[in-house]
Amino acid sequence: MFGFLKKSGEGDANESRPWKDRLRAALSRSRDRLSGQLAAVFRRARIDDALLEELESALLGADCGVAATAWLLEELDARVRREAITDPSRLHGVLAELLTGLIAPLERPLETEGHKPFIIMLAGVNGSGKTTSIGKIAHYYRSQGKSVLLAAGDTFRAAARSQLMIWGERNGVTVIAQEGADPAAVVFDAVGAARARGIDIVLADTAGRLPTQLHLMEEIAKVKRVIAKAAPGGPHEVLLVLDANTGQNALAQVAAFDAALALTGLVVTKLDGTARGGVLAAIARSHPLPLRFIGVGEGIEDLRPFCAADFVEALLAPPRA
Amino acid sequence: MLDNLTARLARVVKTLRGQARLTEDNIGQALREVRVALLEADVALPVVRDFIEEVRKAALGQEVVGSLTPGQALVGVVHRELAALMGTHNAALDLATQPPAVILMAGLQGAGKTTTVAKLARMLRSRQKKKVLTVSTDVYRPAAIEQLRTVAAQAGADFFPSAAGERPSDIASGALQYAKSHYYDVLIVDTAGRLHIDQPMMEEIAELSRVLSPIETLFVVDAMQGQDAVNTARAFNEALPLTGIILTKLDGDARGGAALSVRHVTGKPLKFAGTGEKLDGLEEFHPERMASRILGMGDILGLVEEAQKSVDQDKAREFARKIKTGKGFDLSDFREQMSQMRKMGGLAAMLDKLPAQFGQMAQQAGGALEDTAVRRIEGIIDAMTPLERARPELLKASRKRRIATGAGVSVQEVNRLLNQFEQVQKVMKQFSRGGMQKMMRGMRGMLPRMH
Repeated sequence: MFGFLKKSGEGDANESRPWKDRLRAALSRSRDRLSGQLAAVFRRARIDDALLEELESALLGADCGVAATAWLLEELDARVRREAITDPSRLHGVLAELLTGLIAPLERPLETEGHKPFIIMLAGVNGSGKTTSIGKIAHYYRSQGKSVLLAAGDTFRAAARSQLMIWGERNGVTVIAQEGADPAAVVFDAVGAARARGIDIVLADTAGRLPTQLHLMEEIAKVKRVIAKAAPGGPHEVLLVLDANTGQNALAQVAAFDAALALTGLVVTKLDGTARGGVLAAIARSHPLPLRFIGVGEGIEDLRPFCAADFVEALLAPPRA
Repeated sequence: MLDNLTARLARVVKTLRGQARLTEDNIGQALREVRVALLEADVALPVVRDFIEEVRKAALGQEVVGSLTPGQALVGVVHRELAALMGTHNAALDLATQPPAVILMAGLQGAGKTTTVAKLARMLRSRQKKKVLTVSTDVYRPAAIEQLRTVAAQAGADFFPSAAGERPSDIASGALQYAKSHYYDVLIVDTAGRLHIDQPMMEEIAELSRVLSPIETLFVVDAMQGQDAVNTARAFNEALPLTGIILTKLDGDARGGAALSVRHVTGKPLKFAGTGEKLDGLEEFHPERMASRILGMGDILGLVEEAQKSVDQDKAREFARKIKTGKGFDLSDFREQMSQMRKMGGLAAMLDKLPAQFGQMAQQAGGALEDTAVRRIEGIIDAMTPLERARPELLKASRKRRIATGAGVSVQEVNRLLNQFEQVQKVMKQFSRGGMQKMMRGMRGMLPRMH
């Protein structure tokens, strides 16, 4: 992790590279595989069952899941019939449109105006990248000149508190933490502190938990209720942090955390390198929620608001000559 | 949660049951269902393709075609092939070397390496009485080293200190020297999570491997991982001499298709399965059970083990006697059963371990089974006197009113509980009259053959 530590010399060059290029570079592997496969598909002589089956394999292999893949193929087939498309090379454009149309509803950037402090609570399974995301989101808002406060609500995992403190130091923001405290109590204090200090944004970390651990799901629902007590109307945003490496269980996670917490948005991490992006299509199809941020790299700058068109372009664009 | 491989294969059996015979023509449709089910369980596509071919051959080869119950026969074949693919035995750790035996951990970010190090350390200490040293070479993630120090202490293992400014290979050789000069049996080396396409980081862990010459190099895989599991596993397998795989977060509701993918690509044994965040949550990996779990035949053995761990043996024997005789099952026993179930990780976890049909039946059995409801029931029973618990027929209007007030519920809820209790008592009586056998006979048509 944290490429900016290892490759400090490259830090500046990294900063100046446009986000779109970095997105494209980060997705290059999934793109190479997906667009490489697609290029082969679209080079076929005609549109037939064999072509559709190959396309199906490419989409399934990108973690799109069975339902979203079936939907994309049906829509594609309908368009082919309606517009009497016979040239496979035209399918690329059609697929890009369909995919963009499918995930465009997820593109709803987070508005933090209107509440002060604006309280953001993060939840997710173990190892999905909550604490790291908080560090990067804090950086994002700091770079917009907003004041940020972090609440170390992960009182369970060893050293989670220290991990968040280090992120606090890096971003120059206060971290509210207590040893051996109840997570709800820590977050309650943090909200109080944020109000007293006139902070713009509070980011509340929570311990990782699997949705099957019912008592932990109850615990996190309590954290949310306690926030509402500390600041009526809060939390203003409840984010589920998803690891893009996760397969179709991502859908189960979205459903379970939504049921427990009434999610208002998603953060998808680790989309670089290994990740396939297809899981976004699966989520858009089965349980669409606003995708607030995506993480495409290990640098502190590599977590950004999601843009559907950029994403599909970066994912499907043929490798540049 | 139930629209997984379990439910799908139950449906496969149903579709097939309508047909008199499974033939080369119609097996394609059945296999397509299996394919979809495996994909939904996150088994990687190339692995699914190979697997389906194996099943097709095995199915056409012999028992399935022409079988009177082709659905069962096919599921049987699928189960056998699944178990075979995941390895037919569980491979223990190999520590037979001149001490210290070095174990190197590798995996993606967030796979669960550090937690697994502590679980392994605890297992080696408590079961094999080994003297264990742990060390972290994760100089990147903030507080990763501190995390290992804390969990190693919880596991009762020693910890070799390292710092974020040091080079991982220097830390490793320092720890190795220390382990040698202090006569440790085992040195477990934690590493930073890394992407398999991050060339410098893969080079770094390859160097760690050269410095340490580990006897075990364990690849830690998140059971929830998707299609990319094949590529990750392939890359780590090429960069490192992997000796085994540990599957983590298996207590979630992911079907664990990644297990198949990784095993298929690397050919390395699946050695352990991580469940839960407590340090005793590391089990030997059982391919048969995993195949059963994936196929919805249920991890009955796992359930039995779970029960043995958390159930008071004497109480269990007494309870068994009550079931057998159908006598003396009272509200105290009812409450005891409820809290036992909660101890076993809640109902959702238990239902997952049951075969699909049992699981669905149990779910239909009603709202009484939800965990919050269980706690209310406990509350109501707690508000009764011991005499009332033993003889529920005593409960008339005024006693019920008192209990309702004491438990903070309405009288209707007390009545509902008493009704449920009566139902359970009836079932108990059926059990005792050989109803169990009758039930099993009824089930046999639905379940695949058990081997």
